[in-house]
Amino acid sequence: MDMETQTKDQTSEKQKDVIKKVTGAEALVMSLLEEGIDTVFGYVGGAIMPVYDFLHKYKNSVRHIMVRHEQGGIHAAQGLARITKKPGVCLTTSGPGATNLITGLADAMLDSTPIVCITGQVTSGLLGTDAFQETDVLGISIPVTKWNFQITRPDEIPEAIAKAFYFAKSGRPGPVLIDITKDAQFGELEFKYEKVTSTISYVPYPKVNQEKIMAAAELINKANKPFVLAGQGILLAEAQEEFKQFVEKAGIPVASTLLGLSAFPSNHPLFTGMLGMHGNYAPNINTNKCDLLIAIGMRFDDRVTGNLNTYAKQAKIIHIEIDRAEIDKNIKTDIAINADAKQALSALLPHIKPATHTEWLESFNELARFEFEKIIEKDCYPVSGEIHTGEIINQLSLKTKGEAILVTDVGQHQMICARYYQFNRSNSIVTSGGLGTMGFGLPASIGAKLGAPHIPVVAVIGDGGFQMTIQELGTLAQLKLPVKIILINNGFLGMVRQWQDMFFDKRYAYTELKNPDFIKIAEGFGISGKKISQREELNKALDYLLAFEGPFLLEIKVLKEANVLPMVPAGGTVSEMMLE
Amino acid sequence: MKKEFTLSIFTENKIGLLQRLSTIFTKRKINLDSFNASESEVKDVFRFTIVINTTEDQVKKVTKQIEKQIGVLKAFYHEEHEIVHQEIALYKVPTQALAHGNDVEKLIRRYNAHILTVEPEYIIIEKTGHKDETQELFEKLLPFGILQFVRSGRVAVTKQIKEITSYLKDLEEASKHSEKELLLLNL
Repeated sequence: MDMETQTKDQTSEKQKDVIKKVTGAEALVMSLLEEGIDTVFGYVGGAIMPVYDFLHKYKNSVRHIMVRHEQGGIHAAQGLARITKKPGVCLTTSGPGATNLITGLADAMLDSTPIVCITGQVTSGLLGTDAFQETDVLGISIPVTKWNFQITRPDEIPEAIAKAFYFAKSGRPGPVLIDITKDAQFGELEFKYEKVTSTISYVPYPKVNQEKIMAAAELINKANKPFVLAGQGILLAEAQEEFKQFVEKAGIPVASTLLGLSAFPSNHPLFTGMLGMHGNYAPNINTNKCDLLIAIGMRFDDRVTGNLNTYAKQAKIIHIEIDRAEIDKNIKTDIAINADAKQALSALLPHIKPATHTEWLESFNELARFEFEKIIEKDCYPVSGEIHTGEIINQLSLKTKGEAILVTDVGQHQMICARYYQFNRSNSIVTSGGLGTMGFGLPASIGAKLGAPHIPVVAVIGDGGFQMTIQELGTLAQLKLPVKIILINNGFLGMVRQWQDMFFDKRYAYTELKNPDFIKIAEGFGISGKKISQREELNKALDYLLAFEGPFLLEIKVLKEANVLPMVPAGGTVSEMMLE
Repeated sequence: MKKEFTLSIFTENKIGLLQRLSTIFTKRKINLDSFNASESEVKDVFRFTIVINTTEDQVKKVTKQIEKQIGVLKAFYHEEHEIVHQEIALYKVPTQALAHGNDVEKLIRRYNAHILTVEPEYIIIEKTGHKDETQELFEKLLPFGILQFVRSGRVAVTKQIKEITSYLKDLEEASKHSEKELLLLNL
């Protein structure tokens, strides 16, 4: 509290035009406060020590979460950013501290997550001398950042940080990186902070083109079999309400991309499931039957489209997308609206005529019944044999009423979560989509829980990915955060094993795992756990997990060789899903 | 079908921007046939001229990716007929080459080249023109011995009437509108 008072005192001092001289390190922390940041993730080291010294001073205003590896730090920041829709901040030292961020930056770049990374750097006089822990972090991070900048003078700090936050969160969000030399942290400046709200070479919110809106409305009003694809752009624009009004008014069935899940409630009668490779049967089949495809805030990723030459050729395409470079990148559009989803939908709504497409919607329901009989029933309601991952997620969904925040790792369990969890709470999935980063789940769940302290957070993680960032159990234990971990253990890198099964004549090259005793490992970190392998134990174990105060690891031994179906093989046609 | 495209990219003068642009080509395995950078007619606005050989579909996408980068003001791609372009070539040949008859002198006249300097050991010839023209002179001079040869990147101006200053005005307006939206969104 006393530090907060001190910050206020400094502000009033500023008003009296008495600008206090501070060090660069202090200015950096003060800049974070100006941006409303109260939580940062990081790992200290030589080149960032002066900043850490001030994190100590400001510890009552900014909470620093000490992770066990910088990759964990940035994934945790991503988890926080995805839930709060504010930039996640991650601090590291130079050299290895900075290079360990690269996977997270690439992940945030592909998944449009606002992240501000601050890396220490050797003293400016040593730049280019191969000094201890010197790396060209600016150069390395260029392809995986929306913007980056190196600070070598203390007076550059306020503007650089203000720009960093502006670029990270506005328009199509993304990761930015600020590299700051040690001498810039030690040097002094007169601190004055002004938020950045525009710069000429960057137009984050293009003007909605009214003619295109009218043309789109006409197509929508005329369509007999319209179909809406919901992407993360809806969540990023916080346009869930506008989106709901739009599809309800026009009576259009909705399918979601992986990252678009929870933009629209899974239990809504117009929701038809997930698109793409491991998506639901009806939306994939009907992609090639609709007469109008309306894609909102999504980028026609190859995991969604399969073969572009056979994708929705019969349909007119409307694409609402904030990033102009995504328009006509993979799919040629008939009408492109280059705008923020919220603004575009608000403009579109008044021109939409109320409609229902009963027969068309029924065709989805019929296909969904077929998928239930062929696949879902066996996945979610098996009566004998080993536990299926599908039944775990189905039960979890029922027990939490689809109101928990679900964090996943990458692989089979991720697709099963996406298929069988009912996302009834808005903005409730945190998963690595574009990059498919194994090891994302555990650290991201820490960030997600910090961002949503009053909502249950369940992390579903496979036995492969869990071992990639398992050290973050230490962070979880230190914070005593009630993240509920479900470890799906099949002793395999399941998704790759599935491909080996289906496309490599069952040659299981290096996908079988000899696993450690995960419960003992958790106990070693001070985290309680339980392992089950019998169907009869599942119900009680899930109840116990959800009711437990504090973090808990529930390890579930599941069917060793199970495939996620139906499936559009890579480069296949969406309407020709494999059922077995 | 692949063909030659000339890109004109207008940017702010920022460290790292060149690498940011180059990764866009590297990522798509596109080779740069020619590259030039200089300040434009507007102070602090830099102009990159890049020549690549690719399909129209690809060059369209690449241009959008370039324009998306923070620090890039505007990016265009042009076909041959939309621009006036030029390159400069320097040829260092032994002075001896002039000694036997007037063949080299004739070449210099015919190709509209100039002699920049004459030293006891060598002369420097300069020729501006399209690549095929400077290349032709190179081949004609080859029998006389070429000690050094260098060709600059392409520089090009467009035939279109709308100039960068006018685009900058549009950008300023778009940027102002965007700022208004941002404040409305209360980010």
